Amino acid sequence: MQKKLILDSDLLDITLNRLCQQLIENHDPFDQTVILGLQPRGIYLAELIHTKLERELKRSIPLGYLDATFHRDDFRRREIPAKASETRVPFVIEGKKVILIDDVLFTGRTVRAALDAMIAFGRPEKVELLVLIDRRRTRDLPIAADYVGKYVDTIDTQRVLVEWKAQGNKQNKIWLINKDK
Amino acid sequence: MSKLSQRHLLGIKNITRGDIELIFETADNFKDVINRPIKKVPSLRDVTIANIFFENSTRTRLSFELAEKRLSADVVNFSASTSSVKKGETLLDTVNNILAMKVDMVVMRHASVGAPHFLSKHIKANIVNAGDGTHEHPTQALLDAFSIREKLGSLTDKKVAIIGDILHSRVALSNIFALQKMGAKVMVCGPPTLLPKFIANTGVLVELDVRKALEWCDVANVLRIQLERQQIKYFPSLREYTLYYGINKKLLDDLNKQIVVMHPGPINRGVELSSDAADSQHSIILDQVENGVAIRMAVLYLLAGATN
Repeated sequence: MQKKLILDSDLLDITLNRLCQQLIENHDPFDQTVILGLQPRGIYLAELIHTKLERELKRSIPLGYLDATFHRDDFRRREIPAKASETRVPFVIEGKKVILIDDVLFTGRTVRAALDAMIAFGRPEKVELLVLIDRRRTRDLPIAADYVGKYVDTIDTQRVLVEWKAQGNKQNKIWLINKDK
Repeated sequence: MSKLSQRHLLGIKNITRGDIELIFETADNFKDVINRPIKKVPSLRDVTIANIFFENSTRTRLSFELAEKRLSADVVNFSASTSSVKKGETLLDTVNNILAMKVDMVVMRHASVGAPHFLSKHIKANIVNAGDGTHEHPTQALLDAFSIREKLGSLTDKKVAIIGDILHSRVALSNIFALQKMGAKVMVCGPPTLLPKFIANTGVLVELDVRKALEWCDVANVLRIQLERQQIKYFPSLREYTLYYGINKKLLDDLNKQIVVMHPGPINRGVELSSDAADSQHSIILDQVENGVAIRMAVLYLLAGATN
């Protein structure tokens, strides 16, 4: 198994700052905007961005977690049912601008399921998607991100590994992994 | 692992502690789902479930049907009283005919012990036992244990007394298995005629005095006197039963401690449980009903999802 570092801690910080600036450009003063991190791994990125935004803007911004497990389209098409995580949406999304946040955008199926899951909480005015890594030309569905940390060209046998400090890793690092066949 | 060790849920006896924990964790998520503005998820969209009830039921059947509908399954209902069973069809023929219409899962209640176990050997669909005679009622035990876990935080070393008609109760046996697997201590209490002869072999404590049982326990799970199953008289009169084994609010308040009162329903108010006790702050009876839907959603989701 080969591992290649795509983003290290310092570079990641620069990327996150840029994403935050882009969000501020479009959403300032953030009074109608909420952030939803996608379970299970998008929540760490959502938390980092949320903390940066609150520090920068000196105001509180609603943050929630969304789990799309029960809305997935591969149920009964895989051997084991996917395990669900907690959904926590402690605010009203009706009429709000929602920023969905996930770590890696690959086939787009998780995002589709997440859109479905989100609608159960109301009708947002607008939904945007922010991802840290966009794996180009791998989409199964017509889904695109509005904010992208980094574009990566990959082939089928490769996988993107995201390590977060919040998950117990030493540093935030993003890797590209070549799976052995 | 997020997969059950069994293809069917026939009883608590043959599932593991890991299975129960997985069902609880999944039910936590479904409990959240059924408290949302839109209480429905599309997981079982292409799954058809037959609810086959050879015995009367209100709560269990409604609860299963709601769970199925909240998971977007297609549901067909069948009750023996209005069917060809009356014309002499066998159980296997009845079920095979239903399955021929492309049904994926069967939820079954039957008056005979082992009926779902028998079916599981002959048909391909996943089977969920919704009560077989006086044997097991696994989803009730799961929701009871889930409700205790929710109220008290965990089941480890909690003392649970099951009080009433143990002999005719499928809830009692399933509860004993589930609670013991989760690390709780279990006591049964009732008149000697309503306690099965070898019940102590399951590792439970046996108590004849309801006051002592209440003093011992953290949770009292009160069972109904199942008059419809009693062919002979097990005690002189209902009034006498109420006098010796009925639980009322005064009895609970005199205990000088926190106690949780449960009942799987239907309650015979004024017999095993007085109205003021059933409606008191000790009671979590309506939480049990709500949790029933979440638990059944979890069981159906996990069984339907394991496709191999």
